[in-house]
Amino acid sequence: MVSNNSQHISQQFENELQDIRSRVMAMGGLVEQQVANAMEALITGDSEMAREVISFDEQVNEMEIAIDEECIQIIALRQPTASDLRLVTGIEKTITDLERIGDESVRIARMAINLSEKDRPKRNYRELQSLGNHVRGMLRDSLDAFARFDVEMALRVAKEDREVDAEYEGILRQLMTYMMEDTRQVSRVVDMMWSARSLERIGDHAHNVCEHIIYLVEGKDVRHLSIEKAEKVVKGEPID
Amino acid sequence: MQAVNEQKNVARGIDIESMSRGPRVNLADETVCLEVKDFNLFYGDKQALHGINMQIPKNRVTAFIGPSGCGKSTLLRCFNRMNDLIDTVKMDGHLLLDNMEINSPSVNVADLRRQVGMVFQKPNPFPKSIYENVAYGLRLQGVNDRATLDKVVEKSLKGAALWDEVKDRLHESAMGMSGGQQQRLVIARAIAIEPEVLLLDEPASALDPLSTLKIEELIYELKDKYTIVIVTHNMQQAARVSDYTAFMYMGELIEFGATDELFTNPAKKQTEDYITGRYG
Repeated sequence: MVSNNSQHISQQFENELQDIRSRVMAMGGLVEQQVANAMEALITGDSEMAREVISFDEQVNEMEIAIDEECIQIIALRQPTASDLRLVTGIEKTITDLERIGDESVRIARMAINLSEKDRPKRNYRELQSLGNHVRGMLRDSLDAFARFDVEMALRVAKEDREVDAEYEGILRQLMTYMMEDTRQVSRVVDMMWSARSLERIGDHAHNVCEHIIYLVEGKDVRHLSIEKAEKVVKGEPID
Repeated sequence: MQAVNEQKNVARGIDIESMSRGPRVNLADETVCLEVKDFNLFYGDKQALHGINMQIPKNRVTAFIGPSGCGKSTLLRCFNRMNDLIDTVKMDGHLLLDNMEINSPSVNVADLRRQVGMVFQKPNPFPKSIYENVAYGLRLQGVNDRATLDKVVEKSLKGAALWDEVKDRLHESAMGMSGGQQQRLVIARAIAIEPEVLLLDEPASALDPLSTLKIEELIYELKDKYTIVIVTHNMQQAARVSDYTAFMYMGELIEFGATDELFTNPAKKQTEDYITGRYG
């Protein structure tokens, strides 16, 4: 139970754990900003902002490496157990997902640059904007759940992923219709498809972060389970 | 679909079963070797063990952990009646070895200790040769046949992973061995009489890290033949060598379960605080 509020006898160890937690929050904040900026660049056709997103990716990568190193140091020097061990391994996995979210933002930014050179459609990518908002909400909530070690919230966010997948399917169908209607639009629609795909992947990574939170708080592994089963596992009820 | 996948995995030599979630051992599937039922122990007026209930499984390694004075050594010593030597000790409840009441007046203590061997923190070889140290228990039993003794000495020293190091100096004094070798010699002496249970009280705490690893490796090898109960202050050691761990605190058994589970996701907050090094 990470909600364990007793202090470690070693104050330094206490500080080290506190430090990696806040660093994950900082990395999460940066990644959230990257997604927001990439979407902004896509919707407004702002290629300058898109380039900024691409150049900021290096910072995301460096944060991943720094936190990773710190986790390895803690494992080597402190031999953490129980909730401490789950915190460190949970963080290791979380930062991998956050880094991938950073990569997806870069992909969206690249598509934004491509699209900025083409005509703006009438609907101005409203469908992508809506999916983007949805996914950004998931990401923000998963980071909140991490900050508070809130399992209920993590489960709620994980549930959202289904909605995001459905929305993504809808967009794909719509985009295919566009392509069939007007073959001159194919190149633009393909860029939109890639963007939608990246957003959907971001939702998956936010979902993964929620699974890591559930593991590090409860010690329960809910990966690759349906939401219904995951809820049962968290409540300690038998599945099947 | 699942059946097809299973078939494919069998063809690839992948054993999915063994990779499944959850702890690798399960107390419910084990044969009980030592059983403790509603057990209390008093040193004079002071109660040292409070209502202990546990079942120690056969041919497994069970570790007792807990802070100093929590009663883990006291409990360990009950299993071969070492506490008989202390006049002020009073006990009630049951201690069973293969369903036999350990404290029953009909039990011959010497026989019990042949079945339940013990190794202490500080190696205590006798001031005799290496050979005689290992043969000692058998000689006490009246075995003096040279060929039998040779065989048992060799087998026990091999069992204690010491044979290769000492086979050329079996008749030199055991006092000239290193601490780690002496500890393995004491283990060889204990297994020479083929006990059922081996009690290890902090067996590696006076040893350097490499000798400690040898002892741990030895414990791993011995568990096929013996039920091992180990008391240790070194939690990483408990985590490495044991299948089951019991956490004791202030004379009570707080939590007992599969080591994998206890060190990754303990059920009780007191256990969590202790193994993560927090203020209780």
